[in-house]
Order: sequence, then C-alpha cells, then structure tokens
Amino acid sequence: MASLGELERAVMDLLWAGQEAATANTLRDLLAQSTQPQDGTVGHVGKDLAVTTVLTVLSRLERKGLVERERGTRPHRYQAVSSRADHTAELMHEVLGSAPDREAVLARFIGSVTDNEAETLRKLLGRS
Amino acid sequence: MFWTSYFLAVLAIALAWPVPILLSRAQWPARSPFTAMLLWQAIALAGGLSMIGAMLVYGLEPVGDNLVSGLRALAGMVFNNAPTTDLGFWHIFALSAAALLTAHLVFTLLLTYYKIQRQRRRHRELLDLLASPSSDGPGTMVLNVDSPVAYCLPGGARSVTVLSDGLMAALEPAELRAVLIHENAHLSQRHHLLLWAFAAWRQALPWLPTTRLAQESVNSLIEMLADDVALKTESKATLIKAIAIVASGSPATPAARLAFGEPGPSDVDPSQPGATGGTGSAGTTASRVSRLLSPRPPLSEPLRAVVLACCVLLLAVPTALLLVPGLLG
Repeated sequence: MASLGELERAVMDLLWAGQEAATANTLRDLLAQSTQPQDGTVGHVGKDLAVTTVLTVLSRLERKGLVERERGTRPHRYQAVSSRADHTAELMHEVLGSAPDREAVLARFIGSVTDNEAETLRKLLGRS
Repeated sequence: MFWTSYFLAVLAIALAWPVPILLSRAQWPARSPFTAMLLWQAIALAGGLSMIGAMLVYGLEPVGDNLVSGLRALAGMVFNNAPTTDLGFWHIFALSAAALLTAHLVFTLLLTYYKIQRQRRRHRELLDLLASPSSDGPGTMVLNVDSPVAYCLPGGARSVTVLSDGLMAALEPAELRAVLIHENAHLSQRHHLLLWAFAAWRQALPWLPTTRLAQESVNSLIEMLADDVALKTESKATLIKAIAIVASGSPATPAARLAFGEPGPSDVDPSQPGATGGTGSAGTTASRVSRLLSPRPPLSEPLRAVVLACCVLLLAVPTALLLVPGLLG
C-alpha cells in the first residue's frame, strides 16, 4: 500500500497532466491503470485503491490549496489550482527572491550576487 | 542602584551603536568565523539585557535597594493594591517601557518563528510534489529548474537539501559534493536557529543599526563556516569553482566561452540568480571567494581567548549587576 505522500504526488501528476477536471472515480481508475504495465517507481501506487482513499488524498490536497473542487456537480470534480510550472516558479521565487525573511527560511549556496561580483567570478572561472 | 542603571544604559548604547559598527568593519571575523559568531551572539544578548535592565533598575530605584527587593515591592503594588506614591512619572514610564520592550522582543521572536515555520512547511509540501529524490541520499532532492540553484530547507528530521537540474549539469561530481557538504553543514550546525534569532531581532528593532549589521554579519559568517566544513574533504580549487559557476548563474556556455579568453560583458539573463539585485547578502560571495583565494591564518590562541573572555564578560557583568546585590542583600 502506497503512503499518502506518494498518493498525493501521483494524484497531482494526473491532475497536472489531464486537461479537465476529474472525479475521484476517474482518478482511481487512472491510478489503477498506471499499475499494470511498468514495474517502475509510480507503478505500485494505485493497486486495490479504494475511492474513499482517493477522496482522502483529494481533501488533503484541497486543504493545502493545491486542488479545487467544482461546486454544484455530483460527483465532485477536482482540478489542480495552478500548473506544475506555476508551482515551480513559486518555489524559485521564494528561493531567489528578496523577501526580507527569505534568508531565515532557507539557506542558499550562493546568495544574491552583484553584477560586478558575477563578472569577477566569471573571469576567475576562465582562468582556472 | 542609580549607578547600576547608568552603567547599564551606557553599555546598552555602546552595544547598540559603536561596537557593532567596529565589529562589522573588522577584518578578523573572516579568519575565525566561529569566534566572531559567538561575539555577535553575546553582543545581541547583552544589548537586550542591558537595555531592559537599565530601565528596570531606574524605575525601581525608589522602592528597593536592588532588583529583587524592587521587583517584590512592584509586585505588591500590582497585585495587592499597595500605594504607588513612591514612584514618580519617569519611574513608571521606565518600568512600562521595560515591560513593553520585553513583551515586544518575545512576541516578535515567536511570531517570526511561526512565520518561518509556515513558509518552510508550504515550501516542503510543494517540494514533495515537484522534486524527485536524488541518488545522493534521503535528504537530497532534485528540482527540474534550468538555472544552477542549491539550497537547504531546515526542518528537523525532515531537513532537505535541494539541487536543480541546471546545477547538476553545470558541476563536476567533486564540485557537487562540495556544494552538498556545504549545505549539510548549515543543517548539522543548526545555522537556521541563528538566522531565526537575528532575523527576529532585526524585525523587532529595525531602526537599531546593530540589528542590521548583526544579521548581515551572521549571514556571511555561516557561509564561511560551511565553506570551512567543505574544505575538509574537497579541495579549495573545487569549492571556488563551484561558487564561481553557481554565482555567475549561467551553466556551461559562458565558462566555455571564457576559456577562449573572451570576457563576454554582462550578458546575464535577468532570470538567472547571478543577476538578481543584491539585497542584504550582496558582498558575501566576494568576501567568501577572496577569503578562499588569499587565506589568512586563524586568530592566534591568546587572541581567541581574549574574544571569548569578552563574550563571557558581556553576559556576566549585566547579569551580575542585576542579580548579585539582591541575592547578597
């Protein structure tokens, strides 16, 4: 049985790949399909998966603000709030941005570099 | 009592302005970053202690011979409705200011902690979905991003070091190891706790020169400490090269062109980290590299002992002035 973390990842991958909103049933079927052929990393995720488990995963993702539910339809249809690229950009903005407490949140190998510094370093690189 | 508050006030002012400016301009911290880090912590703690202590001692002067009896008398006034006629306006003002400052510092510390934790949790949640685990170990993840980026996200047992695809492509295995050791040093030496405390201090008293200088110095000192750990296993040339490649922000191509002796003028893509305008940590990279290129010996043993003695005195003297008369009396 896959962990909730792995399932969240697999569900998000499906939602990011798919064009339109999907119900928990559809997602469960897609997850089960992905188990058939490969023996790879994602392969073991969806085997014998209950729809309630998928719903649990979806509500966790909804709480995290990653997934939204279409109102008024039954069964509920879910879709990703933003694309994979948008979320990656959000991460990079936090890493590279100049938010005042960024330095306390995470430690970068190289902090902000001025143009002069970058130039000096590139010359250095050419020399070595 | 009066002289105590006078002395503490002078100490507080010295630690708030001239001392940090001198220390931030000194050259020796790059030679012994760990010792310098201890001194910054002592300055920050002693500064806060003497600031609050000076106001407290001044305010309690009419009601007690020392801090302990003064606080006891004050507690009597607050809780038992004893007459406050002994305290003049300025005494009450000083006491209120001491109480407010203490509450402000504690509150800011907690609020900063909460904010940092929330941002880290959110970041971690996204990483779990977007990054793939690396072959370098359980605490390492790889993010599908083209620019060379490496950072660590502290979080106890769930601490993680993140590398970008661009970084893995741009660096040789040894350089990559140097980066990983550097980032893991941040985690194992608990640098995030220092960053939290100094970030909170600056947040609480942004108008005080010492808070900004201290935060900038601490930011650059932890990088030097982590570099020193990396140097234990990787060569200096490797580390410098890794820093230069990541800092110049562009994988492979400019380096290759430079190898032919053509110093392409600022053709940095604005989205690359090399071009992000410097805030706060600007200058850190240059001082790190110059420290690696022309290393100077660490402070001598006696000098380090002197600095450590200063740290101890900075903390012991205000504490003793505040507490000892009461405990003896």
